[in-house]
Amino acid sequence: MQNPNEIPNGKTGPLTWIGANLGRILVSLIVPILTFVILWQGYIFLRDSDAPKLVIATIAIIWGVGGVALLFYVTNWLVEKLPGSWVRRIQPFVFVGPGLALLGWFLALPVLRTLYLSLLDETSTKFVGLENYKYAFTDRIMLEAFRNNLLWMIVGTSVCVVLGLLIAVLADRTKYESIYKSIIFLPMAISFVGSGVIWKFVYAYKGEGVGIQEIGLLNAIVVACGGQAQAWLLNPPWNNFLLIVIMVWMQTGYAMVLLSSAIKGIPAELLEAARVDGASEVQAFFKITIPYIQGTIITVTTTILIFSLKLFDIVRVMTGGNNGTNVIANEFYIERFTYNSPGRASAIAIVLLIAVIPVMVYNLRQFRERKAF
Amino acid sequence: MAARTASKSGQQRTSNIIVNGVLILICLLWTIPTIGVLVTSFRDSRDIFTTGWWTVLPHRGVVDAGEIKIAPDVDVNGPITIDGVTHTFAEWRQGVTMPDKRIITWYGNKRTRTLHVQESKWIWFGANLTLDNYKNVITGQDISYKDAEGNTIIRKGSNFSAAFLNSIAVTVPSTIIPILIAAFAAYGFAWINFPGRKFFFTLVVALLVVPLQLALVPILQDYTVLGLNGTYMAMWLAHTGFGLPLAIYLLFNYISTIPRDILESAFIDGASNFTIFTQLIFPLSVPALASFAIFQFLWVWNDYLVALVFLGDKNRVVTVALAAMVGEKGADWHLLTSGAFISMVLPLVIFFALQRYFVRGLMAGSVKG
Repeated sequence: MQNPNEIPNGKTGPLTWIGANLGRILVSLIVPILTFVILWQGYIFLRDSDAPKLVIATIAIIWGVGGVALLFYVTNWLVEKLPGSWVRRIQPFVFVGPGLALLGWFLALPVLRTLYLSLLDETSTKFVGLENYKYAFTDRIMLEAFRNNLLWMIVGTSVCVVLGLLIAVLADRTKYESIYKSIIFLPMAISFVGSGVIWKFVYAYKGEGVGIQEIGLLNAIVVACGGQAQAWLLNPPWNNFLLIVIMVWMQTGYAMVLLSSAIKGIPAELLEAARVDGASEVQAFFKITIPYIQGTIITVTTTILIFSLKLFDIVRVMTGGNNGTNVIANEFYIERFTYNSPGRASAIAIVLLIAVIPVMVYNLRQFRERKAF
Repeated sequence: MAARTASKSGQQRTSNIIVNGVLILICLLWTIPTIGVLVTSFRDSRDIFTTGWWTVLPHRGVVDAGEIKIAPDVDVNGPITIDGVTHTFAEWRQGVTMPDKRIITWYGNKRTRTLHVQESKWIWFGANLTLDNYKNVITGQDISYKDAEGNTIIRKGSNFSAAFLNSIAVTVPSTIIPILIAAFAAYGFAWINFPGRKFFFTLVVALLVVPLQLALVPILQDYTVLGLNGTYMAMWLAHTGFGLPLAIYLLFNYISTIPRDILESAFIDGASNFTIFTQLIFPLSVPALASFAIFQFLWVWNDYLVALVFLGDKNRVVTVALAAMVGEKGADWHLLTSGAFISMVLPLVIFFALQRYFVRGLMAGSVKG
């Protein structure tokens, strides 16, 4: 990585050096300034322009993506102009610097800042100690949210994992495996809001009246079976389970895909040997399959647990957290944006962080064991 | 022996049928809600409010089959005989099922002397299908329609074409920018030695599971100071920041397994880090980049919370527009269903086209919180 233009002997004075390299120095200054001006103009244009949406969107994409590539290119070009030892010292940070800066701004520092904010009152100016945490752990609405999150985590996660495992095992024995799996997996591509609409329509309720035909599938089935149509989402505590159904619908595919690939990793001889020894399918499943894919089961379970802990969109769209369906992440949103109380919202966010710390520790330990460095 | 094999294969066939049966049942359960929304989005808005979407399928339904006039000389206060069946006015008023399965109902009061005849018969594909719902949702024109009681209702349309463009303008850079930044960082972590390398990478692993709720309050303060609220830029930065830990982690895992010899020979040839990265590593990492790209694309496109907080109503993306519609027009199923489908179309296409990469990304990224 020797700089080819480096002055070969130290006899020439600094002035001669500057003189000889004046052009290069000027270019080194002009290029970054030019880059900056171009990017800044793009930003101003995007902020203030009222050109048609399509034009703005296209320019935004080119500007955003091209800008980042240009920044990397120009900083690296600048650094490579430096003497060799400096290149070696600074270049790593050309590579990892932007990533670390963004991580610091958007995740690492916010953890500390949120911790600090959680100790302040709603104007973020007065220190109130643990007052917000007292609220977070004792308020009636928060307790309800905790209860519901627990329900989501226990019921939702276990149904997802068990159903995912069942489908993975069954589909493994059929010719049409990939079709079944694609269908179950499909909802993963749909947003929570979209899923919310899909299921809100299933749970739709039109009300009492002569000659009314229910348009929601669930009520239509209930009526056809001789039951009474109901406003399902208004009835606690069952509405929680109906919301959990949506999560199961969306996340079972995830569990299934991971578990299915783990099952395929089981050596065929192992199962064959068990069958020769006279083990039934059920025995083989519990004695060989389950222990073999234990690691994957743990990974899937933790991922879905964290997912249900942070769950927000479904509840927000379906019920807004009313009628006994509130969850922690929704209460966070309400405190911050409806009641405008950043202190309480921050305390709730910290509670969420505390809940995922065991997983964080587990990840770090796994990573250390891998000795990637 | 032969009999035993036969019975065994017979057993196998039965268990095969059961397994397939269970799976088909589950798959039906999984698809019917979506099919319902898809069908509804193409139905006439009046039909949606009066009958269930499943009525587009062939079914036995009740249809009007003309009416009967009672002759003026019949006494309507006594029992009335129609086609050999005798009932009082009150009973006719309630509706009577005739021996031939027709349902006859008196219309209005006694003086109308009119009865409606309804027949129950098979209805094949008589559904009234239309693209109007999509037109309304996309163009955002005001629309008027008649509800079940016949009142004309005018509603403001939702401009989904603008929301769709916003979603693209948010999602494309939010997918590519973190890939660029993370690929550089992953190369730095994997192949360049520098002080703090281990510490910083441990930090990346620790940040994998941090709930993004922690970032929202402080970042919102920063954005307010910087005047970034409601801009695309705000979304790009936020999604890049939130997506980076996973991106760096995934790409590091991939890039660090590239054989050392390839790089060493390049170093000996005097190539700089930048050249090696852009000419060699980046092209070699395309499978890993694609996995993360799909993951991030679906995540950003389907995100609601970040868009709601940082973008709000100024530049509504599809999820925010759809959620707003649920709030404002909770019963306008013709708009909700077509809006929902517009919001799903692109992720579904990408999902089907690139499912394999997506699955790979999921497996590699299952540590993300």
